Amino acid sequence: MTTRAMPGRGGFAALLAISAMALTLAVALAVSIGEMRIPLSTVALSMGNHLGWTEAPISRIQDSVIWDLRLSRALVAALCGAGLAICGAILQSLLRNTLAEPYVLGVSAGASTGAVAVIILGVGAGAVSLSAGAFAGALAAFAFVALLSDGGRGGPDRTILAGVAAAQLFNALTAYVVTTSGNAQQARDVMFWLLGSFGGVRWPEFQLLAVVIVIGLAVCIWYAHALDAFTFGDDAAASMGIPVARVRIVLFVTTALITATIVSMVGSIGFVGLVVPHAVRFLIGPGHMRLLPACAVVGAVFMVLADIVSRSVMTQQTLPIGIVTALVGVPCFSLILYRARRPA
Amino acid sequence: MSIAATNLGWSVRRRTILDDVSVTVAPGTILGLLGPNGSGKSSLLRLLAGLRRPDRGRVTLDGQDIAGMRRRDLARRVALVQQHAATEMNVTVQDVVMLGRTPHRAPLSGCSAADLAAVDTALAQTGMTDRRDQGWQSLSGGERQRVQIARALAQNPRELFLDEPTNHLDIQHQLELLRLIARLGLTSIVALHNLNHAAMFCDRLLVLEGGRVVAEGTPDQVLTADLLADVFRVRCDFHRTSDGRRHILFR
Repeated sequence: MTTRAMPGRGGFAALLAISAMALTLAVALAVSIGEMRIPLSTVALSMGNHLGWTEAPISRIQDSVIWDLRLSRALVAALCGAGLAICGAILQSLLRNTLAEPYVLGVSAGASTGAVAVIILGVGAGAVSLSAGAFAGALAAFAFVALLSDGGRGGPDRTILAGVAAAQLFNALTAYVVTTSGNAQQARDVMFWLLGSFGGVRWPEFQLLAVVIVIGLAVCIWYAHALDAFTFGDDAAASMGIPVARVRIVLFVTTALITATIVSMVGSIGFVGLVVPHAVRFLIGPGHMRLLPACAVVGAVFMVLADIVSRSVMTQQTLPIGIVTALVGVPCFSLILYRARRPA
Repeated sequence: MSIAATNLGWSVRRRTILDDVSVTVAPGTILGLLGPNGSGKSSLLRLLAGLRRPDRGRVTLDGQDIAGMRRRDLARRVALVQQHAATEMNVTVQDVVMLGRTPHRAPLSGCSAADLAAVDTALAQTGMTDRRDQGWQSLSGGERQRVQIARALAQNPRELFLDEPTNHLDIQHQLELLRLIARLGLTSIVALHNLNHAAMFCDRLLVLEGGRVVAEGTPDQVLTADLLADVFRVRCDFHRTSDGRRHILFR
């Protein structure tokens, strides 16, 4: 890489290094903080034990809380943050729309409908079919938005309106399925899950998610130059040799898959995909070769911190994670919308 | 002939956009595309650049049908500068010109010495070297057009298509831009509205009306009082410039 350094953009390596350290620290904090406070030193020793580096005596309860409950939860949160941030960056570039992200476009809502249909109507069973249901729902939402917005070519306003319509439609479908077919307990569970929660995720969820996110990120980075070429639109990308239709389909399916996997595990979490790519672009510029990995790491840090906040605002109770991300995200959304409204 | 189109036909939702259009351009010459708004100039450029597939007829590069070429190979040969290049991204001039290297770069690759050299050359040719680190959003209309041309040049094309490149520019920048295109010496097809500019800078002209070719030839052959009355609904006189070119005076 011999990219000429550009003013204010040399910070890629620095950002990546700082974010990686911040991620380690955030995960350590996430494991330490909770109803049972565990000192960071104990967390470190427990890690050492599990990796076979140390054999420190740690109580089995503490060790189990660290390893089975909190570490898996923190790592799933990190992967979700990474995945949603990548999806946001991809959708913003492909649709050339600064407000695009899975939640705003109704893709998360579609995935929720798919997942709820599997849970309550019992279409299939088990974790994979839950993800598959969510995937089908996410693709349906994508198709709906694409149809209403003329494949994203109808202009930014139309894409966002189509997304609003999709979110309303699929949330209504979800509510319909829950109220007509579910019992009271199911309805309560689903409603809590819809707002987003990392409660209950363990290592199996981590494994599936890790595979999906790693493959998804690899696919997206493979298309980094192609995504850059979309800067001036579809026709410009095509004139620079990009097979536009194929790239769009591959990347839409990839974002649908990532979103669906995340939604099927932790519910629909909004605005991470909106806030993180904008912040990262501001720091290191719009080139996707750097943007995507940086979004992944920064998104991971953001989500782990959001999870810590959601668990520590109230004692004895956890706020749905979607509330925390919305409280950060909506002001950012408003700011971007406000700036986009003014003539250039 | 470097690029040639024969009997192109194209319709969208049963509306005929282009009907039986044939074009040839000799290497290193400039063909001006003229015609009223909606006559099919932009559509023709899109078909020639391979962005859309014609319903009938074919476009060939050195005799090879572009329908059978990989998009990437086509983009190393042919570059298109579109009418409205707009983005909300905060890109620099150099970022934009580097986009032109896309068809030459493998996935995951950084930019090679050849990429950087091509970008440097393209910036120098368009006189934008000093502006390489400036943000796209802070450029004037004329500068943006120059950067888009630099982006196209970074593709290393032999054929360059420009869709109304002088739109929205003041007269000084219109002339500068057309001189720049003439200086490049590429095989060029330029859609233009200004008939006098077409007469000044183009070797040959092709006039479209309602998606059909109504005239083709040198500026002197094409720009006649009858044609201008028929196609553009204007009446005019002619005046010879000191360098022997035909200048149109509208009545």
